[in-house]
Amino acid sequence: MSRATRALRPAVTPILAIVTAFIVGSIFILITDFNNLSKLGTDPAAAIGGALGLIGQAYYAMVTGALGDPDKVGTAITSPTARSVATAIRPLTETLVAASPLIFCGLAVAISFRSGVFNIGVEGQYVLGAFGATVVAILLKDTVPAAVILVAATIGGVLTGALWGFIPGFLKAKAGAHEVITTIMLNYVAAQVVLFGLRSDFLRKAGSSEPISKVLDFVRVPVLIPLPALRLHWGFVLALAMAVVVSWFLFKTTKGFELRASGFNMHAARYAGMSATGSIILAMTLSGGLAALGGSMAVLGDVTQMSNDISTGVGFTAIALALLAGNRPLGIVVASLLFGALSNGGHLMGIKTGIPADLIIFIEALVIMFVAAPGLIRWLYRFDATRMPKRFDDNAAAKEGSAA
Amino acid sequence: MRLELRDITKRFPGVLANDRISISADRGQVLGLLGENGAGKSTLMNILSGLYKPDSGEILIDETPRTFTDPRQAIEAGIGMVHQHFQLVPVFDVVEAVALGAESVSGPLGSFDRKTARARVLELSQQYRLNVNPDAKIEDLPVGVRQRVEILKALYRKSDILVLDEPSAVLTPFETEELFGIIRGLAKDGTTIIFITHKLNEVLEVADKITVLRRGRVAGTVDPKEATRERLANLMVGRDVELTVAKGPAQPRDVVLELSDLHVRDDRGHMAVNGVALQIRAGEILALAGVQGNGQTELVEAIVGLRAVDSGDITIDGKSVTKSTPRQIADLGVAHVPEDRNRDGLIGAMTVAENFILDTYHREPYSNGIRLNRQAIDERAAVAVKDYDVRTPSIHTYAGSLSGGNQQKVVVAREFSRPVRLVIAAQPTRGLDVGSIEYIHKRMVEQRDQGAAVLIVSTELDEVLAVGDRVAVMQGGEIVGVVDGDDATYEKVGMLMGGVH
Repeated sequence: MSRATRALRPAVTPILAIVTAFIVGSIFILITDFNNLSKLGTDPAAAIGGALGLIGQAYYAMVTGALGDPDKVGTAITSPTARSVATAIRPLTETLVAASPLIFCGLAVAISFRSGVFNIGVEGQYVLGAFGATVVAILLKDTVPAAVILVAATIGGVLTGALWGFIPGFLKAKAGAHEVITTIMLNYVAAQVVLFGLRSDFLRKAGSSEPISKVLDFVRVPVLIPLPALRLHWGFVLALAMAVVVSWFLFKTTKGFELRASGFNMHAARYAGMSATGSIILAMTLSGGLAALGGSMAVLGDVTQMSNDISTGVGFTAIALALLAGNRPLGIVVASLLFGALSNGGHLMGIKTGIPADLIIFIEALVIMFVAAPGLIRWLYRFDATRMPKRFDDNAAAKEGSAA
Repeated sequence: MRLELRDITKRFPGVLANDRISISADRGQVLGLLGENGAGKSTLMNILSGLYKPDSGEILIDETPRTFTDPRQAIEAGIGMVHQHFQLVPVFDVVEAVALGAESVSGPLGSFDRKTARARVLELSQQYRLNVNPDAKIEDLPVGVRQRVEILKALYRKSDILVLDEPSAVLTPFETEELFGIIRGLAKDGTTIIFITHKLNEVLEVADKITVLRRGRVAGTVDPKEATRERLANLMVGRDVELTVAKGPAQPRDVVLELSDLHVRDDRGHMAVNGVALQIRAGEILALAGVQGNGQTELVEAIVGLRAVDSGDITIDGKSVTKSTPRQIADLGVAHVPEDRNRDGLIGAMTVAENFILDTYHREPYSNGIRLNRQAIDERAAVAVKDYDVRTPSIHTYAGSLSGGNQQKVVVAREFSRPVRLVIAAQPTRGLDVGSIEYIHKRMVEQRDQGAAVLIVSTELDEVLAVGDRVAVMQGGEIVGVVDGDDATYEKVGMLMGGVH
């Protein structure tokens, strides 16, 4: 087997899942397309043609919304001005902006899953990370140079999130509290901490009655492309770098080895002399810190103002992404780009065709459902299960062993 | 009734589990079905009990072809299964457990007719001398009796064909003898019996006919009167096998492991190890015999630092390790082959190479403390795979996909790769094929001859007698006797295991 096929093998099911989701998505467009459905009796040819046209329009709008409009790209090439180039590449950069927090959070989820702990609290760690960064930034305002504030705020955010991951890790390791329960609960606590903080005069935007922070216009993650109306900033590059770091950490370091060993089989790890409790705490802390780095980048780069709307549920989407990617860092980058493109392209589709942007959530859900049920995909496409990479389930293996 | 399976073939993705297997047993005959793990015994029995459908071939009962699409039909056809893992509700009493699913009912509401059921249970128990109290609660019964309840269950359903799957695995030698008596009695009264096992002595003792399976095929059918252990082992493995362990006399030197008045609790807080005192010297193998669940597991876990000691002391080379961590103990030169290799010895989802360094990954040359040295790890794995004859497609294959014997070789290779002063091996050959057993024993003796103290915990009498320079027997959390290897006989050790002092 060549290197390339080996590398592509784990991607077979996700790719088929995505294709299937789009096919089912178009059925959804068809049955909600009452204009054409009502014509089905009187003029079936026109109805079918119209319906197929609508599907084509919708997906075309989605693609141009996510990647760029060919006409505008053409204009940018023939008469390149700052404005025309920015307009041409703006959809693509917005896709990357949407993907960045997903990459951070997806990596955070993956690091915990790889270690055998289920951090469902990425959402809370992300939000609290953004909050921590906001607090540090406002504290330091007008005292030190903007660059120093940026670094300090990022570190502050990361530490806040790491602490928010450490707590459930510590509780599990020392008291056996199940991390799924504690992290879910801590999500609510995080949201309330943010609301409480944003009601203080110290953080709240002057004159506002809403829980939103002062505008962080004095500190900003530098943008990548200095053209008008482009938000894409170095946070995206940092996200890619983190994917490389996480991959290196998990597969090339002794600590990563310990985490993976404990994650696959805690008993054997203990027998081999590793500290199970240490691994749990480390994994949760790192996971929280990564999520918080994403939150910090979002508040200091994308929106420059803290509120509870900082997350649109990225911490939960990230769980699905990690599943989609099989907890592989590279896979998480690819999956995040896909989901970023979907949500970004969905807006344009909604505007151009009137199909609700909710279709995007529908398609995302289908992708995840098909990935979670690989048997369904194998059955649909009739490919041989035995040629699939063997998925390991330690519990099943252990059961087989004791039954033998 | 006469049972015949004719040309049964069953294929699973990638494996031919049963390849045109034909077996038969006459009315009142005991058929011994012998084979190693993975030989196809379980698949064949699952076909007989209606759990699997064969790809081809037929099941004939009294020359009539039958097809079973679910277990219920097999039961109705008179086939009774006694599984290795009992299927009894612990809080039920014997009558309820036996009648469950085949209850006799009475009255307009169809309520359970306990009186009829009880009478029948009692009658069957007496007829076949099963000696079961119908009113006892299942959870209060010893394993040997629970197994007889399982047999009762099959008889209650009017089974004429009884399939016993590795029935002696959980029994003391004494209980096994009792079971054989029951089997003979049932056969005499006309029950056809299929006795599945991998133990050579047992089939020779109880079977009227022996069919040996190897890799999904019938390797041969022999008459036990003419068969020898060597011949059967040869059929099972496909080559000649050394059944006795070749070793010179032990040369015991200084004490390595010393346990004094050791008390250890199990997970439920009961005292599992109750005042054990034991010494093992360098250059000797102490075999610790005993029926499963008499405190051996907890004892081993305490020695290697995985379980807290309640009171008493454990010393290795004179140094107390009662409060040491597993890693500190391993660093003293303790090699540990755990009882449940899938759970504790290996990580199935990691590669063979990674499993080799599971306890040394943090050391030179495999890492500099932070970064793993993949090259050193792979080189080490390549050498170990060769030295220990691990059959694996590659060192990057997942350990979980290897056969049991090869998995155990990985564990042993890893543990013996460090300087060894003390070997703690719990059930080191459980579930292994005869060839692997031979190999593992050889390695244990090798360690002894190089001056290590070796503790082998085993429930298999054959193993205990073959490898032990001294044999200690554990029962109810205590050492009930220590016998010199030369004096250790089947009867003597078996009696101690059964609790007869």
